[in-house]
This record gives sequence, C-alpha cells and structure tokens, in this order.
Amino acid sequence: MDGISLLTITVLAVFVGFEVVSKVSSTLHTPLMSGANAIHGIILVGAIIVAGQAADPWVLAVALLAVVLATANLVGGFVVTDRMLHMFHARKEVGRKAAGTKETTGKMEGK
Amino acid sequence: MILDPVWTSLLYLAAAVCFILALRGLNSPRTARRGNLIGALGALIAVVAVFLSSRLENVPWILGAIAVGSAVAAPVARRVKMTQMPQLVALFNGVGGGAAALVALLELSHAQDPWVRLAIVFTLLVGAVSFAGSGVTFAKLQELMTTRPVVFPGLPAVMTAVLLAAVAAGVAVILTGSPALAVLLLVLGLVAGILLVLPVGGADVPIVISLLNAFTGLAVAASGLVLGNVLLVVAGTLVGASGTILTRAMAAAMGRSVAGILFGAFRGGSTAGSTAVSERPVRSSTAEDVAVLLGYAQRVIIVPGYGLAVAQGQHTAAELALALEARGIDVDFAIHPVAGRMPGHMNVLLAEANVPYEALKEMGEINPEFKTADVALVVGANDVVNPAAKTSSGSPIYGMPILEVADARQVVFLKRSMRPGFAGIENELLYEPQTSLLFGDAKDSLAQVLGAVKTL
Repeated sequence: MDGISLLTITVLAVFVGFEVVSKVSSTLHTPLMSGANAIHGIILVGAIIVAGQAADPWVLAVALLAVVLATANLVGGFVVTDRMLHMFHARKEVGRKAAGTKETTGKMEGK
Repeated sequence: MILDPVWTSLLYLAAAVCFILALRGLNSPRTARRGNLIGALGALIAVVAVFLSSRLENVPWILGAIAVGSAVAAPVARRVKMTQMPQLVALFNGVGGGAAALVALLELSHAQDPWVRLAIVFTLLVGAVSFAGSGVTFAKLQELMTTRPVVFPGLPAVMTAVLLAAVAAGVAVILTGSPALAVLLLVLGLVAGILLVLPVGGADVPIVISLLNAFTGLAVAASGLVLGNVLLVVAGTLVGASGTILTRAMAAAMGRSVAGILFGAFRGGSTAGSTAVSERPVRSSTAEDVAVLLGYAQRVIIVPGYGLAVAQGQHTAAELALALEARGIDVDFAIHPVAGRMPGHMNVLLAEANVPYEALKEMGEINPEFKTADVALVVGANDVVNPAAKTSSGSPIYGMPILEVADARQVVFLKRSMRPGFAGIENELLYEPQTSLLFGDAKDSLAQVLGAVKTL
C-alpha cells in the first residue's frame, strides 16, 4: 500500500481513537485501559509474519520470542478484562443476592 | 490454502471494526463485557487471516509459541487478585511493547527505504521504552522495589545523554541499516524506559501505565507501517490515541499535568506550610461510637480510597453497606476518579465485592448529595477529600477536583495514623468540629464497626 493511503488511514484512526474514548466515564477507566492494552497485542500478527519468513535459526528464535510475548499480551489482556467486567453487576441482579444476605444477617442477630 | 489478498484485507477490516466496537463498548458498564468479547473475536479473525493469507514457514513452531504464550498468560490472568490488577496490566503492556521492538529489529534486514527504517527506529525505541518502563512499573506496584520516587543527582543529565545517544544511533541506523547499531538503540531504549519511570512516585504509577500503554500502541502502529500491514496501523493508532486521551483525563482528575507527573514534582512546586499544624487536637472515636452514628443515620455516603485498596478491605466495606441497608439506611459509595491503585480501580474492587455499579457514584454526580448526607464515612482516603485543593492556592494539590465530604452533617475518617496523605499536606477537615477519627487498619476498623452495627 502506498504511503499516502497509509497516512490517510493513520490520521483517520487517530480521530476515531480520540472520539471513541472521549466520553468514557471514570468508572470504567481500569477496564478500558486493560481492554486497549489487549488490542495492541495484535502485534501478534506482525510477529507471526516475521516468524513465518524466518530462514535463519537465530532470527526464528527471536521471532518466536516475539510471538510468545505478543500472545501473552493478547490472550492475557482479553481474559483479564473479561474477568473484571464480569464483576460489574446491575442493581437488580444484586438486589436479590443482597436480600439473601440480609436474611442470614437477621438469623445471626437472633442468636 | 492461500487466501486472495482482497479477502485478507476484508478480514483485517472486519478485525479493525471489531476493535473500534470493543473500545466503544467499554464506554458503558452495560455494553462493556460484550465489547471486550467483540475485541477478542476481532483478534481471532486477524490471527486466522494471517495464517490463511501468506505462505508461512515454521508453522508448527509458531503454533507452539502461541500455545506457550497462552498457557502462561491465561492462568495468570484468570487467577490474579483484583487488587493486583494494575501490575498485571503493566506486565502485559510491557511484553506487547517488547514484541513490537523485536519485530522491528528483525525487519531491519528487509528495509531499504529510509522511511521504513525511520518507522523501524521509532518502533525499536518506543517499544523498548515501554518494555523497560512497564517492568519498573510492575516492580513498583508489586513492591519488589521502593514505591517512593527514585531520584539521584544528575538524573536529568543522564536522561538527556541517553536520549541524545538514542537519536544519534537512530540516525545511524536509518543511514546504514546496521543491525549492531539497532541492538544498541534497543539497549538505549531500555535504559531510557527505566530512567523515565524511576522518579515517579507510587500513587502516580498508574498514570504512567496508561501512558506506556499509549506508547506500545504507537510502537505497534509504526510496526504496521514497517510491515505494510493496515490492521496493525489501525489497531496501534487506536490504542495510541485513546491511551493519550485516557492519560490526560486521569491526570486532569488528579489536578496534575502529565509532564509534572513524569518529572515527579507537583505542579505547584514545594509542599510548603504542611507541618506547622500537626499538634492540633482531633476528636478520636471508637468503633461503637461510629456504629451508632452510622446505624441511626438516614443517608450514609462511603468514600473509599487508596488505604482501603491497600488493606484489601473492599469486601468488609461492602458488608457494612449491606448491614446498613438492612436497617433501611440509604448507602452510596462516592468514587473519586483516581481512588485505588489505578484510575477506576476502586470501581473494579467494589464490583468484585458485589456492590452494584449503580451504588458507585461518580464525583460529579455525588458531590451535590453530600449536603443531604448524615454521615460521610471516609475510608483510607485523604487527598481526594482535602478542602485545601479548593481553598489554598499555594497548596500542591490546589486545583484537583475533590469529593465535598465537608458538606455532610458528620464526617468520620478511618485512618491508619495522622500521617498526611500522598501529597504530604495537612487536611484541615480533620480538625473541624463535625469530624471524628477512628484510627487503625482500614479493614480491621471496618470489621469492628460492622460488628458493632450488627449488635445495635
């Protein structure tokens, strides 16, 4: 792809990046950081391409190291973000759980 | 099987769209989890596309490396404690930066064009800075080293020398394409990354994670330019841009400039006039007194801070809130944007403790409501409720938005000691007549108060 097209895409991506997170609430700063972190793990694609072209064993070794690191970034990033977000409950769902806990507390007071 | 290049491009486009949707989904708690899964789907599409689209050698090796990376990262990500989240994010960020730098290093032998070599130099340097900086960040957060700023005489001079050497090496790499010089550049980048993060204090480290996250994004984007891969350019740029915005938003929430944080000094300069008042009397309280105050209130606002996260008292805080709600008391959590060990971290910790996200009120939303609160219970927070941020223009935290706990009828601080907060300044609120203090570890104090509330 020619330089000008790449530049165009880059500039547009900058604006999309700014736009997409400009209104994020501080509630989700940690998951957002972690999610963005996972996305740059896509360097895995680059690492695979380089490893797939490697003829020299040393080059292959370094490229495979890059593949391992990038995979850790990508897989770990998405898993940990999912775990975090799994914990964000809405009021309704927890209301029932809370009611259950209240009953237990009541029994304990009765003793 | 080799895919037609048009199909590859379309698959990459689909992956890029998935990443944009993922970031957008993360804007709201309702759509966040789905957004993240869409992002993971995008990554899967991209990885499948690269295997199908080019004639790759060494495929078994590559698959093995992917298996190793997943086998290491997934269990760690699944098991890590939520309080240790910030250092794990730092670690994953660092390895991503390292991978980008290695990719650039290996591509140097194929690059003749000076512009491509420039992109390689950029990726090498920024990737290495991100890798080493994240490593130091991890060590600080994991408390493998001191969390205090590490400064030594001549640090700025050394940093300047390293950066000048890096620029010189970079120019030499562009002109000669020498792999040895590229390795030298990599090493200089590592040193620069370490020097960049060493002087940053523990409480500011999270903002540095966000900044390094943006750095890795930019390194990935530059490596996309090197490889001529549009997906890497788009994904890297997205992360670079969003990371920059996020870093600025967090710094603003702390009333600091990013440059100020990196140079380890408060914007206002010295921490003048802080020690003169420490002998003044305060109203010290017992767990039973606090329990009575809370138990007979109508509206309680809990303000959790860094101290609660360090003491890992979030579950006890959530139990206390439930016990109070069982008595018909209206309880909310007021979350300062930088409460916890990472911006937004407190929300995650309380979510883990099953507090519904609607009970977690953001600063702008909760501030007008302190007027209607009978008790504001401040647990392990100090600077984020210090009125000096509004009233004393000479204060180092002047200009930082705070939670207006002073408006509540009663204020109770659960504090470890009278030691000032991270900013090292006295909190006038501690000496006000409506304020009482309960000294001790945040988790222990909460447990005592909880026990006392249950016997009311």
